[in-house]
This record gives sequence, structure tokens and C-alpha cells, in this order.
Amino acid sequence: MTNAILLDERDNVATCTTPATKGDTIKILGGREISCVEDIPIWHKVALRKISCGEKVFKYGEIIGEASRDIVAGGWVSHENIFSVPRDYSSEMI
Amino acid sequence: MNFYGYKRSDGRAGIRNHVLILPTCACGSETARIVASQVRGAVNIIFNTGCSDVQANTDMSQKILTGFACNPNVFGVVIIGLGCETVPHNKLCEKIQSMTNKPVVSFGIQDEGGTLKTIEKAVRAARELAAEAGLQQKELCDVSELLLGIECGGSDATSGLASNPAVGNLSDKLVDLGASTLMSESIEWIGGEHVLAKRAATPEIHNQIIKICADYEAHLKAAGQDCRAGQPTPGNKFGGLSTIDEKSLGCIRKGGTRPIVEVLEQAQRPTKRGALVMDTAGYDISSVTSMVATGCNAIIFTTGRGTPTGNAIVPVLKVTANAQTFSRMEDNLDVNLSEILDGTLTIDGAGDLLLQKISDVLNGRLTKAEAYGFSDIAVDHVCRFV
Repeated sequence: MTNAILLDERDNVATCTTPATKGDTIKILGGREISCVEDIPIWHKVALRKISCGEKVFKYGEIIGEASRDIVAGGWVSHENIFSVPRDYSSEMI
Repeated sequence: MNFYGYKRSDGRAGIRNHVLILPTCACGSETARIVASQVRGAVNIIFNTGCSDVQANTDMSQKILTGFACNPNVFGVVIIGLGCETVPHNKLCEKIQSMTNKPVVSFGIQDEGGTLKTIEKAVRAARELAAEAGLQQKELCDVSELLLGIECGGSDATSGLASNPAVGNLSDKLVDLGASTLMSESIEWIGGEHVLAKRAATPEIHNQIIKICADYEAHLKAAGQDCRAGQPTPGNKFGGLSTIDEKSLGCIRKGGTRPIVEVLEQAQRPTKRGALVMDTAGYDISSVTSMVATGCNAIIFTTGRGTPTGNAIVPVLKVTANAQTFSRMEDNLDVNLSEILDGTLTIDGAGDLLLQKISDVLNGRLTKAEAYGFSDIAVDHVCRFV
């Protein structure tokens, strides 16, 4: 049984489809596994590798925010440790 | 996928045949409620604006009121005004009559000498309209007369993973059949606007989508506000959505993948058929209000946290892919798509299921919010009351 969904190969987070407890092995759709280092609620995100403070966080293959502190692999990624980066709209015009 | 509906003289098709009791302002709202409660077939809305407003807000209120009256699900309209509001009932009546030839009558509480006298006249008028509406027969309508509003509210991480992609699949299927779909909530494009813009049918539409997001942020900034302070909501965060970007990237999936052929202002009637988008607030009730005023005849609404919301004029079909939410709030939710996240239902299979569910609603099946008579509205504002 898998208990996390990875949406894109570029992503550094996966979404837990069951609650995860510290010490659990989270099985990610597609075959990878990661050891959970803290309790993570259902539908929340687990870091697939270390995400350093200032590093971009990817889900859907897109940037969903930037880490405001170091997040360890297997850690809980939430609004407490990532934030939205302002857009550069003028560069998106064609 | 044609459906049996009520053909209107402007060529559009209603899927309901309501008599709408329409207040011009907050002060007419209670009288409108009482009138509607006296007549089977009548629905009312509660309106919180219409007075002591700047011109831009008055313009928005008028677009919503006239749009509601012109919505194809409405057979006829009884307007209840006060007498000293910004746009009086007789002026609103004239404006609606210039836009549609459905029956419209209006009364003013100050002119009539109070609410009881107004109620007496308005109930008689509504009774006659409802009696007449009963004679209109349903006819086979082409699916191209469907304008489906696509909304999400109370989102959690299941919305972007499952229910929104399923509704996106439905949207693609409907557009391929010749129907139109309308996605709004432009503040919930922010962070995903570059992805959404790739669906634009023309470079102009691409840039319109980007500009709407830029303007939205600039508008709030001019008032010293930051959209990121209100988005995501506390419930979104509790449900696993950490930033506006993450929420948006899930939200935009509900619009599907077909080319976007037109970008609408709030409550503006479309001139094209196909996949459409509209610039509205992310506040779901306000967005649905604008979609109803635009002329949507049905609305599909995804949720993760669960919501009871409904609209008086247009049926709102609510779907969730969160199994816990569906089991907790089954009395408010119409379709359970949680099998997608169990891996036992494909997105394409879910799209087929939703196509059948929408077909049933078009042909008269009541949604749960509709059966309860829910009638939420919220009119967007561009400026404070004065």
C-alpha cells in the first residue's frame, strides 16, 4: 500500500494520503520510500530530501514556495516552514 | 448530451423555472423573503448592498441584480424596492426590461405605504407569474445551451489531487460536446497563472490572464493589503495547503485543458462558446454570485473541507474526493470521488460519472443544497461603503 503521492519528478515534496507517525516508512506512489521524522497529518506534505532555508519547494512540478528554515528529509512541510514568493508578472507577458 | 429545459426568448435555456423576488437593496430584502415564502415556485435573495455606495460598487450591484433577473433559470421577476436607494425599483425594472422580455414587475415599500401593503401586492403579482410559469413546457435543448460554472471552496490537498482534475476532465468532455464552462476565482490563479495562461487560445488572452493577477495584487497593495495574508485560509492550511501558489496550482486544474477562448469581467455575458474564465474573488460565495449573474445555468463545486452552500437561482452540485469529509457531511455533498485517491477510480472515469450527475441536474434532479432551499450570495466590492 502506498501512503503518499508524488505528482512530478521535479518535486521535493509528496502528499501523505494517510497520517504518518515519526519512525514510519512512507511508501510513495511509484516505489520510493522515505523514513518519517515527525508526525504528519493526512493530506500534508513530506520532504523527500533535505530542503535548505531559501531553497524552492516544488509540487505539481512547479514552485509552491520557498523554505523559511531548513527542513530535513522526512520532515513535515507546511505553512510554518515555507512561504509564497512574489510573482514577476512582467516577465510572463508574451 | 442534450437536456430538457425551458427555452427563453433570447435563445438561452433554463434548467429551472423560478419566479425571482428581487430586492433592490438591503432594505427590501426581508419583504422579498416574506413574499417568496407565500408563493410556491418563487425564490428570493437577501441583498446587502444597493445604498450608500460609491459609483463602482453601485455598478457592480446593478450588474449582479440585472444578471440575476436575466439568468435563464428565471421565468419572471418581482422587484421589491424601498424608494430612497441608489437605483430605485422602477429604474431597475426598466433596465431589466431593456435587457430581456421576460415578465418583470416592481413595487416600492415607501410608495405602497409599508411592508404589509407591499407584500399584499407583490404576493398577488408573484402568484400570477408562478401560475403562468407552470404552463411552460420543457423542451429538448442542445447541450451548447449549457454554461456550467466551475467553482471550488473549502479546498484541501485532496481538491488539487483529485476532485479538481476530475471536474477538469468533465469540463473537457463538455467543451468537446459543444457546451461552455466557466472557471473564475482569479486570485486563486496566482502562482499558477503562468500554467493557466498556456491554455489561452490567443496571445492576447494569455496576457489578459497574467494582467488580471498583476492587477489584483496591485489593487490590494494600493489599499495597504497583501493577498497572501488571506490566502490560503486557515482551513486550507489545516487541510495541507501551505501557500497561495500551492492552492492555485490545484485550483486551476478544475478548468480542464481546452483552449480558453474568452476572458470575462464579473457578471459579463459571454460572447463565445467553449472554455471561459472570469475575473472574480476567490471567495466562493461571491464567485458563484458573479457566475449566476453571468448566466450560468448550473454550477459544479468541489470541496475538501466540506461546505453547505447553495444558490437560489442555479443548482450547485457539490463533489469531494475527501472520504472523511464525505462521510461526515454526506447530507451536504452530492458526489463522492474518494475512490480516485484509493486508486480504484481514474480521473477519466470520474469525469464520466460527473457527466451523468450533471446531466441529471440539468434534467431536473435537485441537488442537496437546492432541496434545502439554500440561497447564499455575496456581492463583490471594489471600495468601502460610504
